[in-house]
Amino acid sequence: MNLSFLPVLPEIVVLVGASVILLVDLFLTDARRHVGYWLAQFTLLVAAAVTVRTMDIDVVRAMHGLVVDDLVSDLLRLFSFVAVSLVLVYSRSYLAQRGLFRGETFVLILFALLGMQVLITANHFLTLYLGLELMSLCLYALVAMQRDEVAPAEAAMKYFVLGALASGFLLYGMSMIYGATGTLAIDKVALAVLADTENRVLLVFGLVFVVSAVAFKLGAVPYHMWVPDVYHGAPTAITLLIGTAPEFAAFAMILRLLGGALAGAEASWTGMLVVLSVLSVTLGHVVAIAQTNLKRMLAYSTIANMGYVLMGFVAADVTGYSAAMFYMVAYVLTSLVSFGVILLLSRERFESDRLEDLRGLNARSPWWAFVMLLAMFSLAGMPPTIGFYAKLLVLQSAVSAGYTWLAVVGVLAALVGAFYYLRVVKIMYFDAPVDRSPIEARGDTRVLLSANGLALLLFGILPQPLMGLCAVALFQAQFY
Amino acid sequence: MALLTAPTLAHYLVLAAILFAISMAGIFLNRKNVIVILMAIELMLLAVNLNFIAFSHYLGDMGGQVFVFFILTVAAAESAIGLAILVLLFRNAGTIDVDDLDQLQG
Repeated sequence: MNLSFLPVLPEIVVLVGASVILLVDLFLTDARRHVGYWLAQFTLLVAAAVTVRTMDIDVVRAMHGLVVDDLVSDLLRLFSFVAVSLVLVYSRSYLAQRGLFRGETFVLILFALLGMQVLITANHFLTLYLGLELMSLCLYALVAMQRDEVAPAEAAMKYFVLGALASGFLLYGMSMIYGATGTLAIDKVALAVLADTENRVLLVFGLVFVVSAVAFKLGAVPYHMWVPDVYHGAPTAITLLIGTAPEFAAFAMILRLLGGALAGAEASWTGMLVVLSVLSVTLGHVVAIAQTNLKRMLAYSTIANMGYVLMGFVAADVTGYSAAMFYMVAYVLTSLVSFGVILLLSRERFESDRLEDLRGLNARSPWWAFVMLLAMFSLAGMPPTIGFYAKLLVLQSAVSAGYTWLAVVGVLAALVGAFYYLRVVKIMYFDAPVDRSPIEARGDTRVLLSANGLALLLFGILPQPLMGLCAVALFQAQFY
Repeated sequence: MALLTAPTLAHYLVLAAILFAISMAGIFLNRKNVIVILMAIELMLLAVNLNFIAFSHYLGDMGGQVFVFFILTVAAAESAIGLAILVLLFRNAGTIDVDDLDQLQG
């Protein structure tokens, strides 16, 4: 048994950081709230540095087998730190203008991040559940942070009820799998599933509930009802958070549960994932066309994109998983840009979240119109952006797994999706601007958002390093 | 007479399944009050707990019972957040009817 604290050091750093901010915030005046902000950024920096320093090619199971530290968990944790750090930078002015630039916000964001980390490193149903709940409970509270309006409260209530329902499903499925295999540790469950043949009915019964719970958390059709309402109702800064870092945690959750614990029963879950994937890509793209609210449109686009991620999992092999991981990274990178631009254009008492608010953006600021164009191209899967290679990889893995028709459905749905992504481009470039007010933003936001936008192009032209990183991580991880 | 014999694992599983089904119905069929949904969520977690304890006893493994303690704790935290959101909702919207939660649509 490995009792070293090294594999969970990044979690310890984030926990300490969040607790320190909680204490320090008590002694801060309103004018000095930025101390909490910088402490949060510092925590993220230290956590990222610790993760890089302790990165190791070996698979280490620590804390009596409760957590697993492999390259996948290191990479996903690192990506989450970067994503949360960018979220904090992009949303700084937005939060300040709405009275949300407070210690509680940073503490809740860091605790949600801690939950994601626990979920990413989970090697036991207990740690997986606790990580998921820590993340979800913080996100419910963050959605409801804007306390004087109806929409965030309603979104938080819907998110809470459906999230709790998903947790119930997950637990019910876990209890059935526990009954069928006699253990709660994911690696031991995996071995038991491979060997066991007598409790198959009980196992598959549990598996159905687990897949439903995973689909809920991911927002795949038909478990997508919460996604549009939460994306729409939450303050845009929180929408940005929900749409980015937790996606890595959701990816890890599928990987640990389906690719890890239930790998021996893949024949039972690939079929379910095919159905979820087809429904998500088609319904997500088609319903997005009818939206007039930008955040709601991007929510349906998220649903469709999660369908493509599931397409990578359908292959049920390491190549497919690495394609799905690359897709997730590409999607989060793009999401950061699209919501980042919405945040950049918002002002006090102006959300800039309707499609018409983008009218003539090119005339107001050619650069931000170009950055938004890159994000839309990447979401539509057009070369030379990163979204193109992401789609290519998952479609390739679906074809090589023998699901050619699924890849065809994916391409056709992407064509439908291209319509509304390009409509945004048309609105920005060919419509006359209504609102001519200058775009004001902090220097660091401008620099990082520009760099983030250009990264979509850079990784689209040179995708190999990132693709290789995902592939190496997954080839090194243990599957059964 | 079969009902009078000592309960077996199957009895507990069926009871848990019935409780789970009732809580699902409570969430989806309920059109009146959000508090009923919160109660249904608690019932759902209790159904899961019953499952875990039954399996734990049947398998002779303590892991399932330890899990139940964690679920109970998390359930308490979850209802605290749920009720806090409910208070917020009532203060802003003036109602906690499920049917009236229709501001976000499209």
